[in-house]
Amino acid sequence: MSILEIAQQAGIWALEILAITVPVALSVAYITYMERRIIGWMQIRKGCNRVGWAGLLQPIADGLKLFLKESIIPSTANKWMFVAAPVIALVPALAAYAVIPFGETTLFGIWERKHVMAIANLNIGILYVMAVGSLAIYGILLAGWASNSKYALIGAVRASCQMISYEVSMGFAIVCVLMLAGSMNLSAIVNAQAGGFWHWYIIPLFPMFLVYFISGCAETNRSPFDLPEGEAELVAGFFVEYSGMWFATFSLAEYAAMILISLMTSIMFLGGWHAPIPALDFIPGTVWLLGKTAFFIFVFIWFRATFPRYRYDQLMRLGWKVFLPWTLIWIAVIGVATYTPLLSDIVGFWQPWR
Amino acid sequence: MLEPLFFNLFGGLAILAATLVVVSRNPMHSVMWLIFCFFNSAGLFFLLGAEFIGIITILVYVGAVMVLFVFVIILLDVNIARMRAGFVKSLPIGGLMALMLFIEMAAAGVSGVFSSATMGQAVQFGQEVNNTAEIGKELYTRYLLGFELAAVILLAALVGAVVLTLRSRKDANYQDIAAQVAVKKRDRLRKVRM
Amino acid sequence: MNFVQRHIKTWLLTELVRGLMLTGKYLFKKKITVEYPEEKTPLSPRFRGLHALRRYDDGEERCIACKLCEAVCPALAILIESEERDDGSRRTTRYDIDLTKCIFCGFCQEACPVDAIVETQEFEYASESRKQLYYTKAMLLDVGERYKAQISANIASEARYR
Repeated sequence: MSILEIAQQAGIWALEILAITVPVALSVAYITYMERRIIGWMQIRKGCNRVGWAGLLQPIADGLKLFLKESIIPSTANKWMFVAAPVIALVPALAAYAVIPFGETTLFGIWERKHVMAIANLNIGILYVMAVGSLAIYGILLAGWASNSKYALIGAVRASCQMISYEVSMGFAIVCVLMLAGSMNLSAIVNAQAGGFWHWYIIPLFPMFLVYFISGCAETNRSPFDLPEGEAELVAGFFVEYSGMWFATFSLAEYAAMILISLMTSIMFLGGWHAPIPALDFIPGTVWLLGKTAFFIFVFIWFRATFPRYRYDQLMRLGWKVFLPWTLIWIAVIGVATYTPLLSDIVGFWQPWR
Repeated sequence: MLEPLFFNLFGGLAILAATLVVVSRNPMHSVMWLIFCFFNSAGLFFLLGAEFIGIITILVYVGAVMVLFVFVIILLDVNIARMRAGFVKSLPIGGLMALMLFIEMAAAGVSGVFSSATMGQAVQFGQEVNNTAEIGKELYTRYLLGFELAAVILLAALVGAVVLTLRSRKDANYQDIAAQVAVKKRDRLRKVRM
Repeated sequence: MNFVQRHIKTWLLTELVRGLMLTGKYLFKKKITVEYPEEKTPLSPRFRGLHALRRYDDGEERCIACKLCEAVCPALAILIESEERDDGSRRTTRYDIDLTKCIFCGFCQEACPVDAIVETQEFEYASESRKQLYYTKAMLLDVGERYKAQISANIASEARYR
């Protein structure tokens, strides 16, 4: 490979990365807008509708405000870590998008074979998402520790306990998906669910779908599991001391993680880019995937408007005593059913590898 | 052309990070350097084409084990100055151990056991061969007994840890959440005729 | 049966779904937001807003400097100085209300024997400095002039309850 080819390849990668991060950043901005509107509507208010037509310029105004604000570093904080923490929180949230397949395309007939629209179509895509997702803890832990403030520290400890606990049941829910799909490649998982909604994994794995999505709420510190930032007792949790752009970076990471969980739920349980009935295939797959994702983001916001916050012991009980046994039982059920004569025909319907 | 470059990059950064783990004065910085070191070793696994091992390194070591390290450091508030006080006193023993380790490794290196002639060469298969599936097949057929034994030992360790730390105190007031959730209106509410 | 019912309810998350349905229903309800600068809520004729000093129809100021309002004011926001005028009547030379002190209780209005000091329905008098919230006699008379119609209408409508 010559230098020129390497440079060309690097340029293509850079473009691919931009093509994902820029829409993610933009959609984060507009999710904050939709969140304010939807929660407003659910509380019979109108929500923000002042800046621009129907308030559509509000996120830009907010971003500008945060960007122009002074970033304060507390004098007793550990400066390097304090500044590094938001970046460490943001990087894994964005890096996880590298393996997400957004659909299959022939680029309007230019390619003969269908290509998967992902930066890296890894064989271990799902493990990669898990691994990178588990790194999000460090940003929060470091933010709490480096701030040198008791509220931030308690928030950080709470957040990391919660994230470790729920990662376990999330991982087991994913194992159930792997047992059906027989692959860790995300596009293979999606293609295993091709051919209509009766092939989707939400049907055999409905409890796992619930466990995954609810654990996802806990993993991203969204309400009703937003104890790390419980404003009633911890002011704002792990990012109390942050202001301006650093604060915005944290919320960017939180919302990017939220989009990621929604994308993963649609890919693993709702057939990704496949239409619910084959007759609707004329609509492009990416539209279906993004539509399903948008629905789950709406459900995140809906949860926030509906449920009161958990108490911490209830949160831990839910994670360890309800979700964990439940996922283990379901793994056993799927495993036994796969190798029991009569049941294997039923489960085999969703197992294309057999 | 790129492979040796990346090998040197990952290897060099791993050694640098490992040195900084020992040298840095702040325990939190040490932990961060250790995490960076794990990342680089995962990178080395990726270079070998062992993406499963590499990602598991990140998932287990960085995602789980190091979080516990950070936890301990945050919660215990380790006084590093006091721990460093005995540095000069224990230098001879530490130095001796380091020297022995170095001699062992050097001897192993020059003995020829690890030379490219005797070691199996890692072959790049590319995307067609699924690393994970192959590992699974080996693990659940040839090494099934060892795998199961390891699993049982880990389970025993887990149960042991729970048994050692689980104490139910009679004088403490615990909340029974299941009972709280299952409560009915008629359990708490009584109509009184006035 | 009870046990089975309870577990069905728990595992199907019926209570959570009911909660979600409730908020989902409110999503489509008519919104009750009042978009303030364009829309305003109706004000009671007894609304206690910015103060005003009134005049008689012939232009004579009503205030007779009895200082009842100054005495009753619980926040000590009113300051009055008076002198005998050339025609022998007692009139104020100074009538100041410090709106930063005022708690808008309306006691001054009730204490006044000649309905000279009243509170209008005006509440949009925000200013950029505290100095501008110190209303002098001239300013208060000016307010009375501006809201003359509103004040007399409100007094007329509430007259039978006084």
